[in-house]
Amino acid sequence: MLAIFKREMSAYFTSPIGYIFLAVYYFFAGLFFYIYVLYVGTTDMTGVFSMLLWVLIFAVPILTMRLLSEDKRQKTDQALLTAPVGLTSIVLGKYFAALLMFTIGEAITVVFALVVAAFQQPDWMVVIGNMLGLFLLGAAMIAIGLFISSLTENQVVAAVGSFALMLMIMLMDLLISVVPWEWLKNVLGAISLSTRYSDFTTGILDISHVLFFISVAVVFNYFTVRVLEKKRWS
Amino acid sequence: MIEVKNLTKNYGLKRAVDNISFTVNDGEILGFLGPNGAGKSTTMNILTGYLSSTQGEVKIDGIDILEEPMKAKKKIGYLPEQPPLYLDMTVMGYLNFMYDLKKCKLPRKSHLQEICNLVKITEVSGRLIRNLSKGYRQRVGLAQALVGNPDVLVLDEPTVGLDPKQIIEIRNLIKKLGKRHTLILSSHILSEVQATCDRVIIINNGVLVADDTTSNLSHKMNSDNRFTLRVDAPEKEAFKVISSIPGMVRVDSLGQKEPGSCDFVFETDEDVDVRRELFARMAERNWPILGLRSSELSLEEIFLRLTKDDSVTPMTPQKQVEVKQTVAKILGDNLQPETEQVFESAPAVEQAVSQALEQMAQGPAAPAEAAEGESAESQAPSDGADENDAPEDAGENDGGDR
Repeated sequence: MLAIFKREMSAYFTSPIGYIFLAVYYFFAGLFFYIYVLYVGTTDMTGVFSMLLWVLIFAVPILTMRLLSEDKRQKTDQALLTAPVGLTSIVLGKYFAALLMFTIGEAITVVFALVVAAFQQPDWMVVIGNMLGLFLLGAAMIAIGLFISSLTENQVVAAVGSFALMLMIMLMDLLISVVPWEWLKNVLGAISLSTRYSDFTTGILDISHVLFFISVAVVFNYFTVRVLEKKRWS
Repeated sequence: MIEVKNLTKNYGLKRAVDNISFTVNDGEILGFLGPNGAGKSTTMNILTGYLSSTQGEVKIDGIDILEEPMKAKKKIGYLPEQPPLYLDMTVMGYLNFMYDLKKCKLPRKSHLQEICNLVKITEVSGRLIRNLSKGYRQRVGLAQALVGNPDVLVLDEPTVGLDPKQIIEIRNLIKKLGKRHTLILSSHILSEVQATCDRVIIINNGVLVADDTTSNLSHKMNSDNRFTLRVDAPEKEAFKVISSIPGMVRVDSLGQKEPGSCDFVFETDEDVDVRRELFARMAERNWPILGLRSSELSLEEIFLRLTKDDSVTPMTPQKQVEVKQTVAKILGDNLQPETEQVFESAPAVEQAVSQALEQMAQGPAAPAEAAEGESAESQAPSDGADENDAPEDAGENDGGDR
């Protein structure tokens, strides 16, 4: 697992992907920080985080699109799958590499918080809640993106697929408002990521939400392992 | 070392590998031959644990690859058809990655250095794999397989796409590796297998058609006596002289291949050695023999014979009718009752025709008897006027033929 993790990390920085991801993320984060905090002159960073949510939808597919699809296309999966390594290690190695990249991106918000703190102490619980919420959401999204990447050989298909799925998940609340059946509303509401995320942005730390995001990550990583396993048998 | 038992692999409805069994002994170099799409790569992928078999088992050194994949995979180094290289890594970075991936315990630096020296990639070890030529990529692929010093090496078409010089280098390398590892090597370049392998397995359409040593295989297929002759003589006269040698079965003139000479191919009876007689007759007429060699079947020809498709592919109904009419025309009155059957495949036709010809030679009285004796069984279904039975019948003959 460590070998794969290390390789993927170095691959992010030997290809433009890692730089593009960080550049996009830092640029928009900086922009939002200026607009919502510095320009307005407030210590409330919630606006920044709720906008970063949308950047996430674009940025995470960039991180995950290549992870498994490229292996399949270049046939490097043959080296991975015939090495004495379990499928779970392969998937998790790639997953944690993407997660670390995402964390490096998100770390910029710590800098923002410190900048704010230089002027006036912010409400630290809200800030930390926001950071944790964004991190957990990212962790879940990356697992979903990795799963989509395992389904195709084409990076573009993986990116567009992940993007569409994530947008769908984010717009779930919109969908819920137009669904006529009460039971379906309840089901969709229960799996909606954005409702849970908005709780974090107001500083509420609900353990069930934390567990929910972790579960999504675990379940999709499990699916990814199953997809790889299935490929061997078909 | 490697034990494969009743291996079968289906891709959906298509059967890629059909009930293959073989073993590879310790330190043996096994050649794996077959036309494209025969199931070579599939078999190798199963051996190495990349794919799972539909049925059957694979044991590496007594360890089942499905039951204890980690242990079994540690013993195998695999170079797939397309080397599994990360193009964005340097050669050394990649080998280090494979070293970590295989959880190798050998001293890292010296081990990797040794491999680099062995496959001669030391001078490119700092370069990105993306920038390497095909030959070097192939070597890096080979180096990757060697990491961890596995007991078994599985190489899928290791020389494909290389230039002749590189092919020879890789081939020598394989021979060298064969001294330390058990090696399975697939190829459709047969001279390569002939040059490097102790034993050959030939598969076609997923079925194992031959499993023998290279020399045995060419020996077995070489029962006929065929020679190629180059002689400095007038073509027509020489043809007559050669044809008149006792024991000669067939002579073909190939015409002039070298200025001032002509070539012949001839076949003799099996126990007759015509070479001395040939020399005497040529010397008598003062015709210098420039060359005489037995045209042994090359592995290519053996390969083609063994994997010849018309023995397997059934004919279309239209073709069957055509063949039947032609056979009837040739044989005329001597058409045997059993030739009424529908011919399913080429061997069935051959058999029927040869039977008929035999009986023609034996005279007109014989056929009735022979037909009764030999084809009583096969006749029974046709009596029932059930056309569907006929192809089955032919199929049986076909099977018996092989």
